[in-house]
Amino acid sequence: MTSLAGTGTLLRLAWRRDRWIVVASVLALVATAYGSMAATLDLYPSDAAAASGASAMVDNPSLTALYGPLPSATVAGIGVLKTVMMGSLATAFLAFALVRRHTRSEEEDGRLELLAAGVVGRRAPLAAAFALASLTVLATGLLSALSLLATGVDAVGSFALGAVEVVAGLVMTGVTAVAVQLTSTTRGAGGIAIGVLGLAFVIRATADTATGAGQDLAWLSFLGWAEKVSPYGANRLWLVVPAVVATALLLAVADALLHRRDLGSGLWAARPGPARGAARLGTPYGLAWRLQRGSLLGWTIGYAVLGLVIGNIASSVDQIADSPDVEEMLRKMSGGQGSLLDAFFGTELRFLAVGAAAYGIATALRLRSEENAGRGEIVLATPVSRWRWLASHLVIAGAGSVWLLAVVGVAAGVAAGSVSTTGVAELLPAALATAPAVLVCVGLTLLLFGLVPRLSTAAWAVLAEFVVLGEFGALLSLPGWALGLSPFDHLGSLPGGDPNAAGLVGLLVVAALVAAVGATAFRRRDLAT
Amino acid sequence: MAPVIEAVGLTKKFGTTTALDGLDLTVHEGEVHGFLGPNGAGKSTTIRVLLGLLRTDGGTVTLLGRDPWADATELHRQLAYVPGDVVLWPNLTGGEVIDLLGRLRGGIDEGRRAELLEAFELDPTKKGRSYSKGNRQKVALVAAFASDVPLLVLDEPTSGLDPLMEKVFQEHLARVRAEGRTVLLSSHILSEVETAADRVSIVRAGRIVDSGTLADLRHLTRTSISASLARPLAGSEAGGWPGVDSAREDRDRIVLSVETSAVGDVLQRLGAHGIEALTCQPPTLEELFLSQYRDTLTDPAPREEVPA
Repeated sequence: MTSLAGTGTLLRLAWRRDRWIVVASVLALVATAYGSMAATLDLYPSDAAAASGASAMVDNPSLTALYGPLPSATVAGIGVLKTVMMGSLATAFLAFALVRRHTRSEEEDGRLELLAAGVVGRRAPLAAAFALASLTVLATGLLSALSLLATGVDAVGSFALGAVEVVAGLVMTGVTAVAVQLTSTTRGAGGIAIGVLGLAFVIRATADTATGAGQDLAWLSFLGWAEKVSPYGANRLWLVVPAVVATALLLAVADALLHRRDLGSGLWAARPGPARGAARLGTPYGLAWRLQRGSLLGWTIGYAVLGLVIGNIASSVDQIADSPDVEEMLRKMSGGQGSLLDAFFGTELRFLAVGAAAYGIATALRLRSEENAGRGEIVLATPVSRWRWLASHLVIAGAGSVWLLAVVGVAAGVAAGSVSTTGVAELLPAALATAPAVLVCVGLTLLLFGLVPRLSTAAWAVLAEFVVLGEFGALLSLPGWALGLSPFDHLGSLPGGDPNAAGLVGLLVVAALVAAVGATAFRRRDLAT
Repeated sequence: MAPVIEAVGLTKKFGTTTALDGLDLTVHEGEVHGFLGPNGAGKSTTIRVLLGLLRTDGGTVTLLGRDPWADATELHRQLAYVPGDVVLWPNLTGGEVIDLLGRLRGGIDEGRRAELLEAFELDPTKKGRSYSKGNRQKVALVAAFASDVPLLVLDEPTSGLDPLMEKVFQEHLARVRAEGRTVLLSSHILSEVETAADRVSIVRAGRIVDSGTLADLRHLTRTSISASLARPLAGSEAGGWPGVDSAREDRDRIVLSVETSAVGDVLQRLGAHGIEALTCQPPTLEELFLSQYRDTLTDPAPREEVPA
């Protein structure tokens, strides 16, 4: 099998490049599974206590669409409800990112050519990428199972949860292996693979909310297989078998495609584009918009859908939060004023604000990747000042994240307005009131970019820190000043409560200050070369 | 008239590495100035300082009479830059990038744009990700040559171009010079500078080691004479003639390295031995360059520490 020559070397290279990100991602997934189970065990002392909360979850179509059916009306079943689908999606995404990164991205950037000219077989890059991704998926499943065992719940169910992640991750590895053969671009391969993942999600969401025979549709989706494992319920561990078979088939298809194409090309030829630049493209703003519009469109669609789903849950919030403990948890997370429904929306909007901050950070970090790649230099050697170049990307980061908040506020308001007394008038201002905290995150990204450009991506760590402070800070009984380090701690309690105007103004001032320092530092520093 | 580019005693350090170590550079209006040096000599660093992308740690620099760091934006209206390694946006076509750069520089000459695309045989509908290195270079060159600016800054512009395209590049460079525009042309491809440059500065280890017209610099070098003789001549004998730097026998020929001023005398002496065949090569920049570079191999210049 000379076509596999060099696989081991490539695998070690891949591991050398990605070991930290792989370890961190796997640990984050494991911690989420553990944390979710531990928090649920705290919330419900017994299965009997869990039953009332469980019944509301079973009845709510929005929750079922998002998380799948409840595996069983036990504490452990509730404890893995979110982990089953979110863990499946996250594991699948990790597998996708690893396979694509070590196949198509390497080919597109021309690095694979360097290696392929050496003693590296034609199949080796794909084999190495598959090995890295599948080992990562197996480690995720195994460690998640072990972490759940540590909470003292049923052992078979714990391994079933591991199997859920393995099923989703493994099949996605195969899906990505095929996708990267089809197009010549990293972005195109990503579109296909994520499109398949999205389709799998929609098929199972539709099937789960359907009645009668429609429910069998879920078997068409590999995410459907993952949820049908049903940890702490039916415990169908054998579903790993069809997942392995499907993965093997997908790999065989990818392998066949691999032998029908040239290095660097895809099965589908790249299409030509316009020979002339549109008039809009003549300014740095036009360029930044052109580079960022696709991502903003994707996020907008995602946020509109999330808004509709969350708004729709309004009809059954009172049932879900039947237990005073759940109610207290929601109140604590949202600022604690207003009705229970207000508390529910306050909580969800804060989660979505973190998502909008992630969009803002990713968008602002484009500055760094443009600078690093040398494309910033091309633009800055024209009569575009450093301020304008910064502003061109920053405006999209700032305005784009506020736009996403507005989208989710309107979508949730429209959906909730049809089933409850809360509507756009309440939810749009509440969503927008989180904007100052989001803008602080964007400003901090610029601060890092200006002062310590090599550490720009630490903006992600800062955001993660804010989330940890918000999620676990109160549980760990951290002092108030420590909690206050997170901008999300200074939001008011909208809808239904005090907007904390002083806090919001303070956040805006902080955002403006850090952004100004970052911009000034950038103006004064060397461009990376 | 003030020079277009004037740098005096430029220093630039990256951490503990000294990239520029007291570099002086003068480029006059309307000249094509060759900026020669081996890889890592500081050519690109100098250019980035001139573009205001890097700050200097010491020395003074003016571009068109202004400070390139403080007045970067204003100065960039008057220049076009082609980086040594052109990186394009993967999802923008070459045509889009040419128009973008042209518009950012304040307009593009439509006629010339079309002409250049044809001359360079560049397909403007391909996306940045599918261009080869040579084609990416062409995109930046078309954008630069089609811009109506008085100064062109070209950093190893022909890297990746095939010989045919290099010729097209030389033609357009000649046209730019005929129009009276100023060009700073960095290169380690010496022949390209030799045909195009009015003056040359040679940079090594962050310093200019020689600067002048090609004629000026040729005085420093030797003409190579290779002769096939009827009556044999020992290399040791020819080596003793005035003006002969070195002599060696190469099968039936004798190869001499001669000071340019002594070529006439040497030819007469060779004539006495009955010349059957003769080749006489003028000193190339290659030799000039090697003579400068050889110094670094035999006599590494001590680096002065520059106070930060």
